[in-house]
Amino acid sequence: MGNYFKAIYNGIGTALVGMGVTWRHLWGKKVTIQYPTQTKPRFGRSRDRLYVNIEDCIGCDQCAKACPVYCIHIETIKAAPGVDLGKTSTGHKKRLHVSVFDIDFAKCCYCGLCVYPCPTECITMTDVFEFSEYERRNLLYHFSAMTEEEVAKAKEEAERAEAEKARKKAEAAAAAKAKKEAENAAKAKEEAGQSQAQASDAAKPEDAKPTSGTTSPGNADAAGNQGMKPEDESSGPDTGTS
Amino acid sequence: MEQFIRDLIGNDLLATIVWCVLPLVFILGYAIVAILAEMKSASWFQDRLGPMRTGPWGIFQPFADILKLLMKEDIVPARADKILFNLAPFIVFVGAYAAFAVLPFASDYVGADLNLGLFYLIAVSSFGVLGIIMGGWASNNKYSLLGAMRSAAQIVSYEVPSATALLIVAMMVGSLNLQDIITAQSGGFWNWFILGGPKSDVVLASGAMLHADIGNFVFLPLLLATFVIYYLSALAETNRTPFDIPEGESELVGGYHTEYSGMKFGMFFMAEYANMFLVSAVAAVVFFGGWQSPWGITLGEALDIPVLTLLEGVFWTAAKGFFFVFVMMWLRWTLPRLRVDQLMYMCWKVLIPVSFALALVVGFIVVIR
Repeated sequence: MGNYFKAIYNGIGTALVGMGVTWRHLWGKKVTIQYPTQTKPRFGRSRDRLYVNIEDCIGCDQCAKACPVYCIHIETIKAAPGVDLGKTSTGHKKRLHVSVFDIDFAKCCYCGLCVYPCPTECITMTDVFEFSEYERRNLLYHFSAMTEEEVAKAKEEAERAEAEKARKKAEAAAAAKAKKEAENAAKAKEEAGQSQAQASDAAKPEDAKPTSGTTSPGNADAAGNQGMKPEDESSGPDTGTS
Repeated sequence: MEQFIRDLIGNDLLATIVWCVLPLVFILGYAIVAILAEMKSASWFQDRLGPMRTGPWGIFQPFADILKLLMKEDIVPARADKILFNLAPFIVFVGAYAAFAVLPFASDYVGADLNLGLFYLIAVSSFGVLGIIMGGWASNNKYSLLGAMRSAAQIVSYEVPSATALLIVAMMVGSLNLQDIITAQSGGFWNWFILGGPKSDVVLASGAMLHADIGNFVFLPLLLATFVIYYLSALAETNRTPFDIPEGESELVGGYHTEYSGMKFGMFFMAEYANMFLVSAVAAVVFFGGWQSPWGITLGEALDIPVLTLLEGVFWTAAKGFFFVFVMMWLRWTLPRLRVDQLMYMCWKVLIPVSFALALVVGFIVVIR
C-alpha cells in the first residue's frame, strides 16, 4: 500500500519536473538555422566544389589521372616555338595551351584526390556546395579561359610548328639516307679499288656528321658533301676516286 | 442573446439555424489558432522554430494545411464498408459538436440551458467513440481496428473517473446545470471550485440559494485532487498524448484514421481539436469559474454595457479553455506514451478508487454541514 501511494506521488512529481524541463525549453534558445537565408560557416577544410585557377594550370593532366571517377577532361595544345605562355605563380613554365579543362560535377565524388598531385596547386576544393541544377549538363563546368578563336589559332600554330618539325625530320632523314647511300657507293668503289682497310676507317666518323649538322639545304646528295670531306679526313685519294 | 439574434434576423427558423451554427464558427476559428499553436508549441518545446515561411513567422500555415486537406483526394479503400466508412468521421464530429450545445460561453449565451447540462455533456461527449469504432471497423485494416478497439477500451474506462470528478462538484452545487455551477463560483477566483468553492452564500442562476461559508476551504485539497483526476481522464478521453495509444503513430500508423484522407481525415482532426477545447472548457466551467473574470466583477456590468459583458464572458471562457488546451500540448511534449497496461492500471487502480474516495468524503462533508 505504501508503494502504491509512493508510485502516485512519484508519478505526479516526475511529471511536474518534466513539465519544468519542457517549460524551460519552450522559451529557450532555438537551434534552427533558417537555411537559405541563414547559413552555418563551413569548415576550413570542407571538400566541396572544385575550383581551377586556369592561369596557373600547366596542363600536366595529373589531376585527371588521379581522378577515380574520370570526371576531369583536359585537352592541351603545344605552344608554338616562338610563343611564350609565361610562368605560373609557383614559377613553373607553361608550355601548353589548356584548350579544354572540363569537370563534370555530376560525376565528381568530392574525394579531393585531384588536389594533391597538382604541381602548381591550381586545382583546389572550395566550400561552395549549393550548385544544384535543373539540367545535368549544366553541371559540366568549363574552366578553360581560351576562346574558340584562340584555340583555333593555337591549334593552327601548333600544326604549323609540327609540320615544320616533321619536314625537318624528313629532311634530316633524307639527308642521312643520302649520306648512307653515298658512303655505300664509296665503299663499293673502294672495294672495287682494292683499298678496303682505309675505307672502313673513314666511314665511321662520316656517319655522325649528317645527323648533327641539321641546317643543310634540301637534296643534299653525295656530290654536295664531297667538298667538305677532304678537309675532314686524310683520305684524299679515296674521295678523289669517288 | 437568442432574442437579439431573432430580432436581428426577423425569421425564427433562420435565427435558430444561426444560433446553432455560432459555436461551429467558434470551433473553426479556434481550430485554426489551435493548429498553429500546436505546431508552434511543439517546435518550441523541441528548441525548433516551427513553420516560418508561410506568412510572417508562419502564421498562415494552418490555412495552407486546411487548403491542402480540402484539395486532397478522398480515398475509400476498395474492401471497406463504404456507408460506415463515410459516416464515421461525421459521427465523431457530431459527438464533439453536440456537447457544445450546453457549454456556456457567457452569462446569457448558452446554446441550450439544460438543467441536466453536465449529464448531457458526459453522455454526448462519449458518443464520439461510436464513430471511432465505426471508422476503425469499416476501414477493413488491422491497424484501424486495433486503434478503434484500444480507443473503445480507453474512452469507456476513463468515462468513469471523469464523470465521478464532475459529480463531486455537482454534489457541492446541488445542480447539474452548468450556469448554476458557474454562478456558484461568482465573486472572484477564491470562490472557484479549484480553491474550495464559494466562501459565502450565493444565488444560483436558477434562483436557488447556495449556502456556503469560509469553512469551504476544507474542500481545497479534495477539489484540487478532483481537478487533477478530471483533467487526466479528459486527456485520455480526447486521445491526446500521453494517452494516445489509439492513434499511436509509432505502433499503429494512425490508429482508427489510418485509411482516411482528405476532408474525412480533416473531420477526425477537427473533432479531436473540438474535443480538446470542450474538455478544457468544461474544466474551466466546473473548476475555474467559466465565464467569470478572476476578480469577480466585469467591466461590462460596471459600465452597464450588455454587449461588453457578453464579450468579456466569451473572452474568459475562451482564455481559460485555451490555457488548458495549451497545458495539453505542454503535457504532450513532456510525457511519453503509456503502455496499454499502464493506461488501464492508471484508470482502474488509481483514478477510479481515488475519485470514488473523494466522492465519498466530499459527499459526507456536504451532507453533515
